Amino acid sequence: MDVRYVANLARIELSDEECDTFQGQLDAIIGYIETLTDVDVEGIEPTAHASPVFDRLREDVSRPGLEQADLLRNAPESALGQIRVPKVVDA
Amino acid sequence: MPLSTQSISSLRKQLTSGDIQPSDILDSLAEAIESKNPTVGAYLSYDLEKAKQEANSADLSKPLGGIPIAIKDNMNVKGEPCTCGSKFLDGAYESPYDATVISKLREAGAVPFGRANMDEFAMGSTTENSALGKTVNPHDNTRAPGGSSGGSAAAVASQTAIAALGSDTGGSIRQPASYCGVVGLKPSYGRVSRYGLVAFASSLDQIGPITQNVEDAALMLNAISGYDTSDSTSLQQDVPDFTQGLDDGVAGKKLGLPKEYFGEGIDPAVRAQVEKAIAGLESAGAEIVDISLPNTEYAVATYYIIAPAEASSNLSRFDGVRYGNRVEKPDDVLDLYRRSREQGFGPEVKRRIILGTYVLSSGYYDAYYNRAQKVRTLIRQDFQNAYEKCDAILSPVTPSAAPLLGADKDNPLQQYLADIYTISANLAGICGISVPCGTVNTESGSSLPVGLQILGPHMGEHQLLKVARAAELLS
Repeated sequence: MDVRYVANLARIELSDEECDTFQGQLDAIIGYIETLTDVDVEGIEPTAHASPVFDRLREDVSRPGLEQADLLRNAPESALGQIRVPKVVDA
Repeated sequence: MPLSTQSISSLRKQLTSGDIQPSDILDSLAEAIESKNPTVGAYLSYDLEKAKQEANSADLSKPLGGIPIAIKDNMNVKGEPCTCGSKFLDGAYESPYDATVISKLREAGAVPFGRANMDEFAMGSTTENSALGKTVNPHDNTRAPGGSSGGSAAAVASQTAIAALGSDTGGSIRQPASYCGVVGLKPSYGRVSRYGLVAFASSLDQIGPITQNVEDAALMLNAISGYDTSDSTSLQQDVPDFTQGLDDGVAGKKLGLPKEYFGEGIDPAVRAQVEKAIAGLESAGAEIVDISLPNTEYAVATYYIIAPAEASSNLSRFDGVRYGNRVEKPDDVLDLYRRSREQGFGPEVKRRIILGTYVLSSGYYDAYYNRAQKVRTLIRQDFQNAYEKCDAILSPVTPSAAPLLGADKDNPLQQYLADIYTISANLAGICGISVPCGTVNTESGSSLPVGLQILGPHMGEHQLLKVARAAELLS
């Protein structure tokens, strides 16, 4: 595994030191999880959830949700009832 | 006997008779916290005045009326912090709503009181991954309380909480309960709503009680169980009264011993305590049967693919945009994400996100994630086959008693391997409980609790609690 490459996919900046530490630790972990290649899984269905999960639909009626003001209180930056982020599109 | 040291059922009797008021319990707890928490570190924060106000309006006729419950710091309680033990959320988030378990506790008359320390985002097994405080084992302050619900277990064990909620993704309720000598119950997947629990691995996470005894665990489970329209994975099943027939005993029950859980790697002193409990249950009338869970050796590897994969997806919400840590003066949005996450997350969380991203990435998905899901099927089938031969399974909770603080600090794989007896229950979705079954002595002269793990079939909590109660009576 190329730790810096994968960290970038995960949107995490890493210092060189942390990258080196993780490289050794993650190589050991991946070496271990590769023991699963010993298991014969031919014809076995994958399990995504421990109990069957079905679509649960409800009546399409409005019900109370969270208040905008309560949610914006947690935003690092907000203005005009919206969350402010750095510019993403050039004008 | 100070109120802070008493069980839910004992306090309830005094509350309903009018001998005490809910605020008396809170005062007693606050006093205990002030004297013990500077050493034990079970709580990250608490708000006595808020709790007292809520206690004033608690309905004392309800099953948990007037009882304060400590909450692991990854469950939303309206108006309170919810740090998940992370710098990412510390001082930067106030819950705008109650998790369903909190609403249900309130409906049962209970009062949420205090935020219990935890491994950051529930990733860890010693609570040392908390970025916000150190928690020690109340039985030996040089040792870990376990994790990730280490604060919840240490709070109950140090008699600074009457009872607590924890969450269990791979053993995070049962393991700290075992290390701290208290009762910890992981309900079956779908028994308890996860709405308002900060998600770690959604197909594995369950909320459950950590209590002084089995009866209290049953009382708590009564309150928090049930279908919730806000969690589509919660199951539409009736909730029995789990306290009914608790003393039925184990006569005629078949209790299975999986040979894979008693092999090499287990500390002989721990094994001796567990075997003593098994012998006790046998003399109480249970039939002990040998069983096999042949895919046990693959459980840790399966878990450490599936859990990080789900975590890498769940924790993408911590991006510095809507709440939590945001880096100063980002160059652009990508820089905002990358550096906010670098600053906010500790090493274990970063490691697991990176691992999870890797096993889900193009070209590796089939080799790792898809294969792990298939092995998960085999692990589930192991349990289905086992429950044709027995009513419940008995085992140790961990291979050894509470480790010294700082052990295996730089070797995450070594820590992961100690999860061997607890993680299969999460992969299979079954219920499990840790009940104290004895102690072992350390070289330094301290005495550490050992837990007996009892695993029941999916939605089999009622029978599980009866076996747990019988086990509790032995010690």
